[in-house]
Amino acid sequence: MQQILPYIINGISVGGQYALIAIGYTLVYGILRLINFAHGDVFMVAGLVMVYSTTAMPMYVALPLVLVATVLLGFVIERAAYKPLRSAPRMSVMISAIGVSYLIQNLSFYITGGVPQPVTTPIPWISENVALLGTSTKRVTLVTPVLTIALVIALVYLINHTKIGMAMRAAAKDFETAQLMGVKINAVISMTFVIGSFLAAVGSMLYFTNYPSVAITSGGMPGLKAFVAAVFGGIGSIPGAVVGAFIIGLCEEIIKGLGYTTFSDAFTFALLIVVLCVKPTGLFGEKVTDKV
Amino acid sequence: MTSTKKKTIFTAAVLLILLAACVVVDLTLPGYHIVVTVIKKATVYSLVAVSMNLLNGFTGLFSLGQAGFMLLGAYAYGVLTIPVAKRASVYQYFDGGAIKFSLPEIFSGALGDTVGTVAGMLAALLVGGILAALMAYLIGLPVLRLKSDYLAIATLGFAEILRAFFQWNTLGPITNGSNLLKSYPTFSHATPYVILAGLMIAFIVLLINSTYGRAFKAIRDDEVAAEAMGINLSKHKRMAFIISSFFAGIGGGMMAMYMGTIAAAPFKSTLTYEILLIVVIGGIGSITGSILASFLYIFSSEWLLRGLDSGKFLGISAPAIFKNGFRMVVLSVVIMCIVLFFRRGLMGDKELPDLLDRRPKKRKKEAAGK
Amino acid sequence: MSDNVLKIENATMQFGGVVAVDNLNLEINQGEIVALIGPNGAGKTTAFNVVTGVYQPTNGAVWFQGEKIVENHPQGKMKKLYKGEHDGEYPHVLAPTPDKITQMGMARTFQNIRLWKSQTVFDNVLIAKHCRTHTNFLSAALRLNRKEEAEQRRHVEELLDTVGLLDVRNELATSLPYGKQRRLEIARALATEPKLLLLDEPAAGMNPQETDELTAFIGEIRDKFHLTVFLIEHHMDLVMDISDRIYVLDFGKLIAEGTPAEIQNNQRVIDAYLGVAEDA
Repeated sequence: MQQILPYIINGISVGGQYALIAIGYTLVYGILRLINFAHGDVFMVAGLVMVYSTTAMPMYVALPLVLVATVLLGFVIERAAYKPLRSAPRMSVMISAIGVSYLIQNLSFYITGGVPQPVTTPIPWISENVALLGTSTKRVTLVTPVLTIALVIALVYLINHTKIGMAMRAAAKDFETAQLMGVKINAVISMTFVIGSFLAAVGSMLYFTNYPSVAITSGGMPGLKAFVAAVFGGIGSIPGAVVGAFIIGLCEEIIKGLGYTTFSDAFTFALLIVVLCVKPTGLFGEKVTDKV
Repeated sequence: MTSTKKKTIFTAAVLLILLAACVVVDLTLPGYHIVVTVIKKATVYSLVAVSMNLLNGFTGLFSLGQAGFMLLGAYAYGVLTIPVAKRASVYQYFDGGAIKFSLPEIFSGALGDTVGTVAGMLAALLVGGILAALMAYLIGLPVLRLKSDYLAIATLGFAEILRAFFQWNTLGPITNGSNLLKSYPTFSHATPYVILAGLMIAFIVLLINSTYGRAFKAIRDDEVAAEAMGINLSKHKRMAFIISSFFAGIGGGMMAMYMGTIAAAPFKSTLTYEILLIVVIGGIGSITGSILASFLYIFSSEWLLRGLDSGKFLGISAPAIFKNGFRMVVLSVVIMCIVLFFRRGLMGDKELPDLLDRRPKKRKKEAAGK
Repeated sequence: MSDNVLKIENATMQFGGVVAVDNLNLEINQGEIVALIGPNGAGKTTAFNVVTGVYQPTNGAVWFQGEKIVENHPQGKMKKLYKGEHDGEYPHVLAPTPDKITQMGMARTFQNIRLWKSQTVFDNVLIAKHCRTHTNFLSAALRLNRKEEAEQRRHVEELLDTVGLLDVRNELATSLPYGKQRRLEIARALATEPKLLLLDEPAAGMNPQETDELTAFIGEIRDKFHLTVFLIEHHMDLVMDISDRIYVLDFGKLIAEGTPAEIQNNQRVIDAYLGVAEDA
């Protein structure tokens, strides 16, 4: 137990970070029926911006800058790459998302020179070590789940009790009808991207505090795993994404703890395939039927 | 039907000219020359892009597992062709590995050195293709029931799982774990690549224009109608998936030949994305487009835009901007423009022979308009 | 054994708590043209979907040419929810997919036209021939099936000639006017060499003249291809004109059957269509 405990604590922490990314996937999928392949790369860019800004300016400027820059990136991606394809087949939009992912990675490679950027000035306080149940861990491990839950509660409140939230729910239920009923669909979609990117930025800052450096490929895996979490929980459902993310984070760290590090990624995908085959709607997803 | 005959002659002529050009290149330029490299790499990409197009473009199954099947093909090729004498050094961390034979050497014993080596190499490619096809059969059982984007993510996941297995140290005696496979025989000339890939692409084209290919297109256009007209959906989807994977496997083997060393790292999802984007550039549903786009893409990234990475391009010297990675940025911006604004790609769903009747059609339309 | 081509036996189709088709029984004999009519939402298309394998009935069976092809009984959570009759009389489960049923000799058209959009008129019909090919993909790709392919192409040309679409054979299917698209759907269904043709609202969206042409056309193809025809239709002129017998469905239940003359004078049918006056 004493050996596995750090992995469990880590798992909860990683799960929280995945949850913050997964919400971005699930919100966008809920409305546009699009797997935003670029979301993982947005997450990576947030990490890069954090590395660059924290070394160049004081913390109280740098951190808000990360949030603003990431939100802006998410917004621009939607306007430039997805909005022109609103009436195109779903496959075209998905290809566009893959194209954006490819572009961001290449652009980041160009800017960083392909060298992983070391996290030289980690965010103070949360990167300090604390003792916990006989093991030592960074404070971020403890902060992450708390912060995640708080943000999720805020988000759920936003969706259930505000006007824009109602518009988002309407758009997710029926895109075209919502549009006909006067919901400003483009504003709603931009809003989902803004929220998704914001949460990804927070997740990114927490995630990379635990890592020595940010590489251009750092976004891919957490991105895909967060997506799996979203599918596992039932894509389109926010609580689903959060629960899914915590389960995946935990399982992954426990597998690492048991000494099968090579398969921690593979496990996630195996889980995905099992879920898709057994219960394609996930834990909390709604059933969709085709009409003949 | 003279127009069909004309088209056949036109296509044959174009293909012969291209083959002749390739032979001339091989005869005049050394094997390491950039032209030869471009032809080799572009040919391999063409084959894989066409195989992906068969699935994504013609059957309407959005699969992103191509890199995984290529990985299988590449490893099968490497594992089966490394000369026995060199195994000790390649598998230095695994006591020379578990496999103590090499197909080219076995065939050499029976057929003589040159013929035997080539036969062994081809056999290894074939084994890679068959392995990929088998794997596709197994994967297809659960995932082919899934719809568009779920299928995409599930196949992507399978490719990642495969990659994890090949890096697993327990399988090291066969896969060499996370170390490179090398020292296996390759073709130094470009012509063998062109002929091999050409034959396989020809097979795919013939298949697409056969009754099975038409059934694939029916499934793509309207699944419900296809099923109601007696087309067995699961059987045909599986068939398209297996055939596509078979050729991706062979493409992977040829990729291994071209690269000279094999590791699991290059077969990431980025490779699949790259090939998907090539298919999109060429036009989803056009074989000619896929080939053309492969050559354009490889030509620009390997040769034309090289200068963008090394300080000087088109006579403009700006080392501060033209540094490592700029070429890929330019390429991906171009790709995004095609994805967004020229959604039909270079060829749409037209093929090489269709180029002949473009003009007469226009004239007819004009005549009808008058 | 009677000579009926299609027999639906106690078929109930229930979606959750909603009974779309309730204990439906009907028989169609060789060479007949039988219509299934009823107000909107009566469960006509659902009945078609049960016959063609798109849906599996919750309970009941379907017989085709004297052979039981579909059978089911309430399973899983439907056991509790099942509201229909004849529970427990159908112990087996037989659920062929639509393609299997088409291969047995049934073919259908769709209420909302479902042609293959990127294909030409000729190819739309040719593709439907695929289910009758005997070659495997290797010999098909290597062109070892030339004879069969030529035979199929000839047959498709004949069919297009019959339905009057030979002159537009190289046009895209979707570029045809509506009426011709409906004909093309029928030609496509005929290409699968059916014994029983199911037409789901073949005259929907047609003007009176086109409807008249279609009426004559359905009779023609029945005689030419020795078909039995089962159709859903709202155009009563067409239905009364060509049907040998008519079944009337309302709220999933069969409320009448008989010859056109009988149905026209049936009070329950009139009530179902026009509604019963409240004070009557």
